Amino acid sequence: MTDQLKPAVRLTELRKSFGAFEVLKGISLEAMEGDVVSILGSSGSGKSTMLRCINMLETPDSGRIEVGGEAIQLKQAGGRTRPADRHQLQRMRASIGMVFQNFNLWSHMTILENLIEAPIHVQKRPRADCVDEAEALLEKVGIAEKRNHYPAHLSGGQQQRAAIARALAQHPKVMLFDEPTSALDPELVGEVLRVMRALAEEGRTMLVVTHEMGFARDVSSKVVFLHKGAVEVEGSPHEMFAAGRSDCFRQFLSGSNGLR
Amino acid sequence: MDIPFLYETLLKLLTGVPLTLQLAVSSLGLGAILAVILALARLSGLRLLAWPASCYVFIFRSTPLLVQIFLIYHGLGQFHGVRASFLWPILREPYWCALIALTLNTAAYSCEIVRGALLSVPPGQIEAARACGMSSFTLHRRVVFPLALRHALPGYGNEFILMIKSTALASIITLMEVTGLAAQLISESFRAIEILIVAAAIYLFINFIVTRLVQWAEYALSADLRPPPAALEQGGAL
Ligand SMILES: Nc1ncnc2c1ncn2[C@@H]1O[C@H](COP(=O)(O)OP(=O)(O)OP(=O)(O)O)[C@@H](O)[C@H]1O
Ligand SMILES: [Mg+2]
Repeated sequence: MTDQLKPAVRLTELRKSFGAFEVLKGISLEAMEGDVVSILGSSGSGKSTMLRCINMLETPDSGRIEVGGEAIQLKQAGGRTRPADRHQLQRMRASIGMVFQNFNLWSHMTILENLIEAPIHVQKRPRADCVDEAEALLEKVGIAEKRNHYPAHLSGGQQQRAAIARALAQHPKVMLFDEPTSALDPELVGEVLRVMRALAEEGRTMLVVTHEMGFARDVSSKVVFLHKGAVEVEGSPHEMFAAGRSDCFRQFLSGSNGLR
Repeated sequence: MDIPFLYETLLKLLTGVPLTLQLAVSSLGLGAILAVILALARLSGLRLLAWPASCYVFIFRSTPLLVQIFLIYHGLGQFHGVRASFLWPILREPYWCALIALTLNTAAYSCEIVRGALLSVPPGQIEAARACGMSSFTLHRRVVFPLALRHALPGYGNEFILMIKSTALASIITLMEVTGLAAQLISESFRAIEILIVAAAIYLFINFIVTRLVQWAEYALSADLRPPPAALEQGGAL
């Protein structure tokens, strides 16, 4: 992936506490357009919280979030930080695709309806276009024949691929993945990772929280290791896996189930 | 059995059906709107909204509907302020008093059904809706309410049936719905058993239809819980 030196995502000094517990202790991170950033770290290190701050599913206490060169506007109100402009927030969220660990497909809608929901009702695009595009996306992730099925009728791997297609249907500038394969049976992990690799090869900007070391090493352009709410080390996968620049990270690697 | 008398009674009581249905449908409709507002207030996390809503539910669920009807019909007129107000032309009409009492009562019960249904919506699906940029309004319209409705329907069907039967209490403040007409016929003919059996049959029939409609709606809204169409065609194989 060539850096065009345009940051797609830039986080600056992100801080977030739950009660007295500071989960994010001033995180700064940059992803250029076309970057695939793998975010590693042990359980509770704040990976999900950081990712969820990018589309404001969690509101940071302080810091700055820029996506596609635009900063999400925040304000202080009643001792808490809040989004300052609802419409800006909704517009920015629509340009960020989120893939959850538990898929979170809307259970009362068919797969096709899941894909066209936000394009039609948030982005107000013409229905016929959305349907055509959704069908192409389902083809791409390999579940075209499931278009009229409900999420409950799909395997976990198929649901996650549908969820990825749903995020893509919004033409996102950035894709966020929060442990997309952690809820899957081992034999279903591969089909989801294949889709994600294909997206990386297309040059999509992706931030991926994962425990899949193989994916982090082979696919990402940058690996970030979070430890206790701070970026402990970051670098290219080559640097990170070859040298193991921090004791903490080495320990983490030896504790994880290795390079699959 | 005096078939001609039963038939005559049936024809007379049927003229009360429109009023019975009108009371039930109006109070259920208005009550549902009020119930959603109350449930959202209870779930808002704002004590200033949640507390009055809880009090309301407690009071209207814990007192008999009959007492509520009496209080609204006879009680409100005791206050000069009410009698002087522009609402008096409404509040002195038995029809409106019955409708108000039925509405307030069903709203309290339905609030709990709606609240449970809203709580049953998986948080992950709400989060997915927020993450794709839905406004709070769109999120409720497209995701929260449709999912909650599916959950509420069985309980709400019960409420429909209860409300059809509750309209009978409106006869006590002179409304001539099915039970009111039955009472009148009894006082004229003194053939209570036959008349009451006909009245009961009418309620039974109405509620049979209501039960069927609710079942149909439940079926129509549960396609995701049934096997996919392909599985049926291919004899269960996916
Ligand atoms: N809504 C919340 N309220 C209180 N504490 C929370 C909340 N969300 C997360 N936390 C705490 O913040 C810490 C970091 O959570 P986070 O989910 O970001 O970790 P993670 O790195 O994603 O871990 P995992 O690998 O287990 O998913 C944890 O200790 C968690 O208990
Ligand atoms: Mg997590």
